[in-house]
Amino acid sequence: MPADMLAQGIQTGRLSAEQYDANFADLHAPLDDHEALVAADRCYFCHDAPCMTACPTDIDIPLFIRQIATGTSDAAAKTILTQNILGGMCARVCPTETLCEEVCVREVAEGKPVLIGQLQRYATDGLMAKGVHPFVRAETTDKRVAVVGAGPAGLACAHRLAMLGHDVTLYDARAKAGGLNEYGIAAYKSTDEFAAKEVDWLLQIGGIVVNQGVALGSNVSLAQLQSDFDAVFLGMGLGGVNGLGLDGDDKDGITDAVDFIAELRQANELGAMPIGRDVVVIGGGMTAVDAAVQAKLLGALNVTLVYRRSRARMNASVYEQDLAASKGVRIITNASPNAVHGNGPVREVEFEYTDDDLKPTGQTVRLMADQVFRAIGQTLQGEGLPDLEGRKIKVSDTGATSVKGIWAGGDCAFGGDDLTVTAVAEGRDAAIDINANLMGGVT
Amino acid sequence: MVDLTTTFIGITSPNPFWLASAPPTDKEYNVRRAFEAGWGGVVWKTLGSEGPPVVNVNGPRYGAIYGADRRLLGLNNIELITDRDLFTNLEEIKRVKADYPDRAIIVSLMVPCEEEAWKAILPLVEDTGADGIELNFGCPHGMSERGMGAAVGQVPEYIEMVTRWCKRYYSKPVIVKLTPNITDVRKPAAAARAGGADAVSLINTINSITSVNLDSMSPEPSIDGKGTHGGYCGPAVKPIAMSMVSEIARAEATAGMPISGIGGVTTWRDAAEFMALGCGNVQVCTAAMTYGFKIVQEMISGLSQWMDEKGYENTTDFVGMAVPNTTDWQYLNLNYIAKAKIDQDLCISCGRCFAACEDTSHQAIAMSEDRVFSVIDAECVACNLCVNVCPVENCITMEQMPVGAVDPRTDRVVDKDYANWTTHPNNPSATAAE
Repeated sequence: MPADMLAQGIQTGRLSAEQYDANFADLHAPLDDHEALVAADRCYFCHDAPCMTACPTDIDIPLFIRQIATGTSDAAAKTILTQNILGGMCARVCPTETLCEEVCVREVAEGKPVLIGQLQRYATDGLMAKGVHPFVRAETTDKRVAVVGAGPAGLACAHRLAMLGHDVTLYDARAKAGGLNEYGIAAYKSTDEFAAKEVDWLLQIGGIVVNQGVALGSNVSLAQLQSDFDAVFLGMGLGGVNGLGLDGDDKDGITDAVDFIAELRQANELGAMPIGRDVVVIGGGMTAVDAAVQAKLLGALNVTLVYRRSRARMNASVYEQDLAASKGVRIITNASPNAVHGNGPVREVEFEYTDDDLKPTGQTVRLMADQVFRAIGQTLQGEGLPDLEGRKIKVSDTGATSVKGIWAGGDCAFGGDDLTVTAVAEGRDAAIDINANLMGGVT
Repeated sequence: MVDLTTTFIGITSPNPFWLASAPPTDKEYNVRRAFEAGWGGVVWKTLGSEGPPVVNVNGPRYGAIYGADRRLLGLNNIELITDRDLFTNLEEIKRVKADYPDRAIIVSLMVPCEEEAWKAILPLVEDTGADGIELNFGCPHGMSERGMGAAVGQVPEYIEMVTRWCKRYYSKPVIVKLTPNITDVRKPAAAARAGGADAVSLINTINSITSVNLDSMSPEPSIDGKGTHGGYCGPAVKPIAMSMVSEIARAEATAGMPISGIGGVTTWRDAAEFMALGCGNVQVCTAAMTYGFKIVQEMISGLSQWMDEKGYENTTDFVGMAVPNTTDWQYLNLNYIAKAKIDQDLCISCGRCFAACEDTSHQAIAMSEDRVFSVIDAECVACNLCVNVCPVENCITMEQMPVGAVDPRTDRVVDKDYANWTTHPNNPSATAAE
């Protein structure tokens, strides 16, 4: 064990450069040509295929796999990208184990699904490596649409609108486009600047002007967008992070998991990323797992993920839970934080065990912690937004909001799983509806 | 995007993929769904004469050969021509053609070898508005016992005679579908041409027994304990079909005759290969029967991508391009020398190349104690068996030796000039080299 792993407190350079590289390499090495053919060969080309039904973007999976099998992976890529313009990122981050691959007839029959996600990556990476953008923008309609948020929903919406001939202005609050693809996904799922490259590739469609560093409500108002554009699509993320609601929540060492993940993704030098020796992550979703696993990969000695309900209720898939466990993350369930201890920075977090209805049991446990990440959900921020449902924007099936001329999709809109692929589907479908409205029903 | 629109003997369809005359094209319901799925045309399942339709067996009609992972490689069938009423079929054909004017509909026919029988049915077919007819001279089971199908296709004189009748009583294109159950396929093709046929289509199915049940001692498919030969089709027959197509494409008596290629077309590549050998379009059956009508989407996208990559704008750009390169053995260049080469980075050390070469070929692969396999150039005749048995694509390749190099097997310098068997000194009938 490297001695630096034992150093207490939040430290940089716990591992050697080689260890960082190995730890943050591609989670799944890309399939080579032979592997892709062997994997594609296993697809039965099912009729009305369950995988296709399970895909939120309705990709024709049997067709694209057959296209790979017959040596035309560029045609396969086009099949994928026609439905999901961010098919490259989705191939990396989709929880396929709970979507297409879960219902693959070979998963059901043999426990070994066709490797749909990896095959999708094989096809889309191949086309993108050639720099080919397989779509052509229609003749301009002179209609102008503002898209707020350059994350998966906004990008998918902008691309489809641009393809249909509309002029799109994309506003994004951060320095770089991509949204959670760029700032919110574990580094080992999107290596080699893939998110940024995908955005550049997507913008080749033309007709999209990108304005970075513009946040709705501070640099630009919704009313302004409504008056300047023929339609507005809201696809911003959730800017607020839920607090623990405990005294001492603001102690040094306690931060938001989303910020840690974003910082890590933007880090040029992993050795310069500080990490605690004893890290506690509070939450049970993908953000919690991404933070916990990456804390371990940065060299934290002990990483514990604590979730207040049972394993079955965790938003992170079983695959992700197992991934965390395989990297050495300890998962504690049915425990809620009830106190933060430490003179100055955090030293310990105390949890009380609860039952599945969150009823306290009176039993507690204290975990050593020099660093704590909050990952218990995010909230939509903003004023003057269309009507909400719960704490998100209320939308129709096609993303229309309570305000005429404004659509919404992705994390800021109510409904759907908070997945990249769902956001892409919502952005795409809203674009189709916007187009129908702008063109008077002529699509 | 390339345009796959294909005109074959004056019949235009949006792509060169037609469904062959077979169970998938037996009725309006199927054909409409096939067109919706994207098929360019169909050859309607064979119609017989007016009167009580034929009767099919009620037991199993198909037998199969499987590859690894239960992949269907060959299918055999004992189904007869349509067992539905002639007029029902004709009405349906007329309706579908009216609704799909851009798709090709060809009517397959099989009536007794009598002029009156053809004279009676052809005006009825003409009235449907279908684009042409295909004469089923190939069905090898059941109907052939009644003097039709392959029984006609095996007698060139009958082919010529019936084709002539059809050209006399029918105004649109006539395609003659050939049986492969014959020694020399060029003869029936020439007869079809002599009779005035606009095209031939081949192959129909091959006589076959797919398996024998070793408990009941009955061939499969078994009907109440008895089996009969059926017609074999699917990927397994493609090499046989392509050879027959190439024979017709390059024979003097039949060269240039339009051919509709049939036999195991499963992917875009199969279609491109048939077309390169001279087929103006292809017909598909088993692939649709195995995977459903949707399979045509891959054929369309694949052929488009390949044509794009090659710069072909129309299917006619590549039809027949491989015909000039299809020749007789005696004209192959004996001065072309190649050696097998094993890519050690790709090799997974299974040893299959070694077993094949050591046991059954030229002992030209060496195996080291740590399982490294390498080619012994002094023994390698470049037979290609190692390539064929290697499980890893492109791991073993055949590398041409450059002109001027010395072949370590023969100690001869690789000659730059083409020289074939007709001029070889070992050939007793050799003519002197120019």
